[in-house]
Amino acid sequence: MSRAASGRRAAGAGLLAAALLVPLVPLLLWAVAGEFRYPALTPELSGRGLALLGDPAVRAALGTSLLIALTVAALATVIGAAAGRALGCHTFPGRRAVQLLLLAPVIVPTLAVTLGIQVFLIRYGLADTVAGVVLVQLIPTVPYVSLVMSASFAGLDAGVEDAGRVLGAGPVRRLVHVTLPAVAPGLAVAALFAFLISWSEYILTLLIGGGTVQTLPLLLFAAIGSADLTAAAALSLVIAVPPVLLVGLTARFLTGPTAATVGFGRL
Amino acid sequence: MTVTRELRPATRPARVPRGLRVALLLAPALGVVVVLFGGGFVQAVAQSVGYQPYPPARDLSLDAYRALWADPAVRASVGITLRVALVSTAAAAVLGVAAALLVRSLGRTRRGFAALLQVTLPLPHAVAALAMILLLAQSGALSRVAAGLGWVDGPADFPALTQDAFGWGIIASYVWKEAPFVAVVVLAALSSGVAELEDAARALGASAAQRLRHVLLPVLAPAVAAASVLVLAFTLGSYEVPFLLGRPFPATLPVVAYQQFRDPDLAARPLAMAIAVVTAVLVGACAVAYLSLSERLRG
Repeated sequence: MSRAASGRRAAGAGLLAAALLVPLVPLLLWAVAGEFRYPALTPELSGRGLALLGDPAVRAALGTSLLIALTVAALATVIGAAAGRALGCHTFPGRRAVQLLLLAPVIVPTLAVTLGIQVFLIRYGLADTVAGVVLVQLIPTVPYVSLVMSASFAGLDAGVEDAGRVLGAGPVRRLVHVTLPAVAPGLAVAALFAFLISWSEYILTLLIGGGTVQTLPLLLFAAIGSADLTAAAALSLVIAVPPVLLVGLTARFLTGPTAATVGFGRL
Repeated sequence: MTVTRELRPATRPARVPRGLRVALLLAPALGVVVVLFGGGFVQAVAQSVGYQPYPPARDLSLDAYRALWADPAVRASVGITLRVALVSTAAAAVLGVAAALLVRSLGRTRRGFAALLQVTLPLPHAVAALAMILLLAQSGALSRVAAGLGWVDGPADFPALTQDAFGWGIIASYVWKEAPFVAVVVLAALSSGVAELEDAARALGASAAQRLRHVLLPVLAPAVAAASVLVLAFTLGSYEVPFLLGRPFPATLPVVAYQQFRDPDLAARPLAMAIAVVTAVLVGACAVAYLSLSERLRG
C-alpha cells in the first residue's frame, strides 16, 4: 500500500470521526452551560441543566416515557412474534398478501393514518390517555417485530422442536426451553427497536395524548420552543443515553445482513 | 430426523388444526394493521372528501384536493418536501457508501469505526435536530468559531442554515442520522464474501476501477437502493425534524397536515386529511419500489 493512499485513508477516517462526533459537542456544552453568550466558545459552567432533571415534572415524564415504551415493547413483541411464527414457519394461502400488509406500516408514516382515527379515540375515551398513546404506537412497532421475527423463525430448525416433542416435552416446556432460546437474539433486537421507536416518539404522543400524557420528548420540544437551550440540551442527554447504551450492548446482534437493521431507518 | 418424523403421529396429542393455528397467530397483528392502520387510512381518505364521523353531515366533494392543487402555499410545501427528501437521501446514500468503503479499508481501527458509525443511529431525530440547531444556527457553534477566526462580525453575518428557505438545517440533520444507516446496511452487504470475489477479480487482472464497476457496485446496488428507499420514505413523512429546523412557512407536508388538523376551524380538516393522504400515497409508492428492490436483492 502506498504512503499517499494510507495518508488519504487516515485523513478520511479523521473526517468521518469528526463528522459523526463534532455535532454532539455543542449539545454536551449546552447541557452544563450557565452564561453562554455569543461569541464565547465555551460556557460558564453551571449545574442548572442537570439539576433540572431532578424536577418532579421531568421525573414524572421519565416514568410515563418508560411506562409507555415498555408496554409498547412488550405488547408489540408478543403480537409481532406470534405473527412472525406464522409467517416464518408455515406456508398458507395469502401469506404473501399478509407480508405486504405488514410491511406497509413500517414504511408509511404513522402520522398520516393517525390523523384519521383521532376522532374515534376521542369517542372511545382513549384520547389523552396512556392507553390511547400505547395503542397508536403499536401501528409502527407490531409490523416491525413481525418482520424481524418471521426472519428469525424462518431460520429455526423445525427438527429441534420435534426432538423436544419426541422427548416428551409439552407445548409450554418446548416453548420455554427449545423455541424461545433459539429465537432469543431476534426477540431481543425486535423488543429493543420497539422500545426505541416508542421512546423517541413525539408527534403521535402529542396528537393522541393531547399534551396530557407528558413524555420526555414532549418536554424536550417545550424546552426548545421556549428557547431554554440548557434545559433542552440536558433533556436531550436523558433521552439519548438509554438508546445509545442499549444499542451498544446489543451491537453484536445488529451486524450482519439482518432484517433488524431496518429498525434504524425508523428511528 | 426421519425417525422423529415417523414417531410423530404416535406421540403427538390432538392439536389445533394448522389453518386455525396460523389464523390465531396472525389475528392480533392483523387486527392492529387492518383496524388501526387500514382503518386510519380509509378514515383519512373519507374525511378528506368531506365525510365527518360526527354531526353535522356534510356533502362529499373533492374540494380539499382541488384546494391542495390550487393553493400556492401547499405547492410550496410539496416543493420543499420533495427537495429536502431527495437531497437528504442522495447525500446519505453517497456519503454512507463512501463511509462504508472507507471503514472496510481500515486496518486495526476498523472495529472501532464500525462501532462509531452506530453512535448516531439510536439518537432520536428530535435530539439530532437540537444538535444541529446548536451547531448551525446563526448564533451556533460554527458561527462562534467563524467569529473567533475573524470571518464573521456577528450572528447576522453568518449564513442562515436553520429555519432557512432551502431547508439546509433539515437536510443536515437527516444526513447526519441516515448516512450512517446506509453505511451500516452497506457494511452488512459487504461482509458476505465480497472480499473473495474481489481477490478473484484482482487475480484475474482487474484494475481497481474495474473491480469497483464489475464487482462492488453490482453487490452493493440492491442494498444501497433498499436503504435509500427507506430513507426517502422516512424523510418524506417525518414531522419532528422539519418542525424544529424548518420554517413555519413553507413547511413540509406532514407539518402542514398537522397545522391544518390543529386549526380550530373544522372546515380545515378535509385539507389536513388530503395532505395526509397525499403524503401516505407518496410514501406508499416508495414502499412498492422497496419491495421490488428487495425482491431483486433476494432473487
